[in-house]
Amino acid sequence: MIFYLTALILGLCLSAMGLGIFITMKIFRIPDITTDGSYTLGAVVTALLLTRGWPLPAIIVATMAAGAVAGILTGLVHTRLKIDALLAGILVMTGLYSVNLSLLGRSNVPLLDVTSVFTALSIFGEPVLNELWVGLLFLSVLASLLAFLLRTDFGLAMRATGNSESMTRALGINNDHMKIIGLAIANALTALAGFLVAQYQRFTDINMGIGIVLVGLGSVLIGDALIGWLGIRSIWLQLVFVMVGCILFQMVLAVTLSLGIDPALLKLITSLFVLAIVGIPRLLGRHAP
Amino acid sequence: MIELRHITKVFNRGQVNEVTALQDINLSIAEGEFIVLIGSNGSGKTTLLNVMAGAILPSEGRILMKGEDVTQLPEHKRSRWVARVFQNPLGGTAPDLSILDNFRLAALRTRPKRLAIGINAAFKATVRDKIAGLGLGLENKLQQPIGSLSGGQRQALTLLMSVMDHTDLLLLDEPTAALDPKSAEVVMQTAERIIQEYRLTTVLITHNLQDAHRFGNRLIQMAGGKIARDLDAAAKTRLRVEEMYAWFG
Repeated sequence: MIFYLTALILGLCLSAMGLGIFITMKIFRIPDITTDGSYTLGAVVTALLLTRGWPLPAIIVATMAAGAVAGILTGLVHTRLKIDALLAGILVMTGLYSVNLSLLGRSNVPLLDVTSVFTALSIFGEPVLNELWVGLLFLSVLASLLAFLLRTDFGLAMRATGNSESMTRALGINNDHMKIIGLAIANALTALAGFLVAQYQRFTDINMGIGIVLVGLGSVLIGDALIGWLGIRSIWLQLVFVMVGCILFQMVLAVTLSLGIDPALLKLITSLFVLAIVGIPRLLGRHAP
Repeated sequence: MIELRHITKVFNRGQVNEVTALQDINLSIAEGEFIVLIGSNGSGKTTLLNVMAGAILPSEGRILMKGEDVTQLPEHKRSRWVARVFQNPLGGTAPDLSILDNFRLAALRTRPKRLAIGINAAFKATVRDKIAGLGLGLENKLQQPIGSLSGGQRQALTLLMSVMDHTDLLLLDEPTAALDPKSAEVVMQTAERIIQEYRLTTVLITHNLQDAHRFGNRLIQMAGGKIARDLDAAAKTRLRVEEMYAWFG
């Protein structure tokens, strides 16, 4: 039971990143892999400020701002210099590794004796239940805000930009600005996932972001498959299913590990799992639209 | 309404593939004029339309919109005056968004898109009424993704979207080229109705000389990046279709 709860909570924490990747991949159709860097950046900022005793709301703002800056940088490189989004993301992500290491000062900072978001809002005696409720609360608020944003006139303009750039240009929308804002929001969300996971696992590690973009992509693809099968149009439900995808992904990984597979193989398994999610529908001849 | 002064557009200047698409074009379009723009491929008519829309900035010359110099304004800033319908039905709509969402954005063409939910009951009712006027039976499918509609339906909706907000200049770039004859007829009739109802200043590019003869109150033929013929309403009425075919001999 605890075993599945752990995967569930981790999935919830990573859902923040899933929502971010949903924005770049599904709404803007930009392959953004700044994620690896901005996720760690979020965890690094969290560790630095938590150990300095900053209040949690301020840390949330700082974390999101840091992630947004990373996204804006990728966006500027992509739109202003007309560099492929994939390369722009790699450039920023690679640069962020040094930034993160310099900020953190060492490769690992434990967060054992601090008041984390999970202990600050405790209402149950059982820590696992507290973590679950905090995760649920946090992601519900986040998804609600995002769903609201995407339903506003501005959100419609965002969604149209990834859909038909000639249309949005003709309707007075600056596509480049939209993409930069989209990347900023996505990476702010990804940084928030770093904020949550660092506190959940009670440490920040400089390498915690390596390959995390793949986890996010796989999760969003699972969510997207469910959205497609069920024919979901409501943007709010789509966000819910992206989160379901994140949780399912963690569940599968947890089950795999529980079979006694060497944890060193975890990245390989993640890779193969995402490959299976992407590949199997194609082998079956059902191309995703 | 719109004035083009000494507009020249050279692509790939200084390279082996240098092309002069527009050569010293002077054109003044008055309010309420419905110009039909014809010419063979490569004559410069699409470039001219794109220069008006701001999708292409001219190499030389000035563009005035209601007296305001807009020469350097990009397309997304010219949307204050200009509405467009593209040749490709996919170009003017966002396929994954619903009909309603598409109309909402069109209603904000000249205004900022704010962080507030703009689709309310009143807006829905307005859109439903407008779409019902098309007679295509789409008024009960407002929540359907616009990409699920046929090309003709999408073009007709794009036309309607262009009058959801104030429009000074409507640019139609071969709006029926990708459609079957029946859909093309529906789209052209919709266009004519909207243009008359809203007294829109319009520029229509077409390769269909029947349409060129039937619609509009001014006819311009482009050739080699220049205006070859410019017929006013009276001259256009006297013109026979056979004469137009002879121009392309």
